[in-house]
Amino acid sequence: MQVKDVVKHYPLTRGIVFKKTIGQVRAVDGVSFDLHKGETLGIVGESGCGKSTLARLIMRLEDPTAGEIWFEGEDMAHLGSKALRSKRRDIQIVLQDPYTSLNPRMTVGDIVGEPFEIHTSVAPKGDRKKAVQDLLEVVGLNPEHINRYPHQFSGGQRQRIGIARGLALRPKIIVCDEPVSALDVSVQAQVINLFEQLQDEFDLTYIFIAHDLSVVRHISDRVGVMYLGKIVEIGDEASIYEYPTHPYTQALLSAVPVPDPLGREGRRRIVLQGDVPSPANPPSGCRFRTRCWKAQDICAEQEPPLLQIGTKGGQYSACHFPQVRDILDNDVPTGAIDLSNMPKE
Amino acid sequence: MSEHLLDVDDLYVEFRTRDGVAEAINGVSYTLDAGETLAVLGESGSGKSVTAQTIMGILDMPPGFITGGRILYNGKDLLTMPESERQKIRGAEIAMIFQDSLSALNPVFTVGDQIAEMFQVHRGMSKKEGMAKAVDLMEQVRIPGAKERVKDYPHQFSGGMRQRIMIAMAISLDPKVLIADEPTTALDVTVQAQIMDLLQDLQRERNMGMILITHDLGVVAGVADKIAVMYAGRIVESANVWDLYAKPAHPYTQGLLDSMPRVDSKGEELYAIKGLPPSLLALPPGCNFNPRCPHRRDKCVHEVPPTEEVAEDHTAACFFWKEVARG
Repeated sequence: MQVKDVVKHYPLTRGIVFKKTIGQVRAVDGVSFDLHKGETLGIVGESGCGKSTLARLIMRLEDPTAGEIWFEGEDMAHLGSKALRSKRRDIQIVLQDPYTSLNPRMTVGDIVGEPFEIHTSVAPKGDRKKAVQDLLEVVGLNPEHINRYPHQFSGGQRQRIGIARGLALRPKIIVCDEPVSALDVSVQAQVINLFEQLQDEFDLTYIFIAHDLSVVRHISDRVGVMYLGKIVEIGDEASIYEYPTHPYTQALLSAVPVPDPLGREGRRRIVLQGDVPSPANPPSGCRFRTRCWKAQDICAEQEPPLLQIGTKGGQYSACHFPQVRDILDNDVPTGAIDLSNMPKE
Repeated sequence: MSEHLLDVDDLYVEFRTRDGVAEAINGVSYTLDAGETLAVLGESGSGKSVTAQTIMGILDMPPGFITGGRILYNGKDLLTMPESERQKIRGAEIAMIFQDSLSALNPVFTVGDQIAEMFQVHRGMSKKEGMAKAVDLMEQVRIPGAKERVKDYPHQFSGGMRQRIMIAMAISLDPKVLIADEPTTALDVTVQAQIMDLLQDLQRERNMGMILITHDLGVVAGVADKIAVMYAGRIVESANVWDLYAKPAHPYTQGLLDSMPRVDSKGEELYAIKGLPPSLLALPPGCNFNPRCPHRRDKCVHEVPPTEEVAEDHTAACFFWKEVARG
């Protein structure tokens, strides 16, 4: 899958009878990335950075304002409804809140089996119950519980039901929008392991959206960091966590608490000032400049493009002054990066 | 035994519901001294918030019933003292910060009104004096432009700023004990860092005792002096922060530590504690953790393990801690 310059703006309106558009909320503002088969791409960012909107765009639950989403030779962003329906089979979503994303009046069997109603070819009517029970077994639930209702399950079990529903049509890509953030630590580990096991078993590709950087590191092959509707840095997991070059990535990493009291003296944290600006009125130039300690005049005037960084390739950073900084004590050399011999995009 | 600032002693709380009696707290004891940070760690339903509500005296009764134990504050039992006396302690001596700042603040009054009210009610100040104090406090919790913002309503603030206002209200009367119930759970990680820094600074300045209630092992490692790990209404292990992370002696603590993904290393497959936390309506007999424990033996199913001393200031409630303990 290839995502190219996807943009989603929501209009801000005033008035009820005479509606007037008075501005745009730039939820997602030009996001591009490639998704390789079989990998897990993690997307991290704080609330309001547009990561969930991005998930909805990839699913085409929202129509993008601009941009293209290429999947198997077709532009998902501009497909007609009929073609879209068949394509959608290959991309499924697992949502955050296992309490609100399952219909309380449907049994587990109906919830997990509902995708078969639309895509009847996957499981013919007679086989449906068997197919649902197989799915429940795959996600670690008791197949006998097919006639129970969601309220009879705990949070972790409900999330498994959501995963079973996502798997029903044997998709190629699963978009996971904060799938473990509502769960307790001990249950969270079970669900993370389930995701990894299913990936091997069914050859899945994940887009894993979360705000928890520790979880994302654990599960992802590549990671993209979002801030105010843009990707500010993207690269493979080791590059982002060990050689972060964008100041925002560095600040995020330094703010994550490490569960080890031995680290509390050694680590110097970058504490950012202020809050995230409103996406309705983002700062000019670099969007992070209002909270950045490196900001210069150029940052207000020119928006830094997402450029390739480093010699290994595969890491891109959108900063005028990218600099490797060892945040997590990985003993890597730090310093400025010579941008003069960087390949141009 | 020297007197502690706060001494929770063998507390029992149950909820009598239509479905039966939920045993929320089953013999919880901990102590807190001035200037100390105690972290109470546990998953949802472990009883960590109920303990805090009982200390504050804001537990809903009924359905809640305190069926045993004492809570000594400066040597006086909060549970037997008359309500009028208790009211003087609540908020003024022992204050609390809640997780959800949007629902904890009143949406129809300005934040200044709400902070000033503390002084009007407890200190008998005029509205004007109260408002001046409110500006002062908002500056102390580092809200930019406090003078102008004192007249704003809660919805005009961001989540992090609202949490600062909650903190301002909590510290307004110079409490000796501050109970913070999941103060940063609803916040983003960069804002969380700001709030934890602020809490630590305020605590140091004022020499407050702080009880930090959380499920986040990472936050705890950064700020706590000592930790009590709760599971199904009991404290299963307590120790100072260094020993707990380095030498966990209870299988549940070990499982929690092993099941955390870490930001500073990619790691292998996560260890997962099998099964689910028990229902408080039907706790398993013997050790509450036995159905999920990898070290379970017959004894665990029949007897409740006593709290044993593992090392100085380090206790664990497990029959087999000698085999289990590592480090």
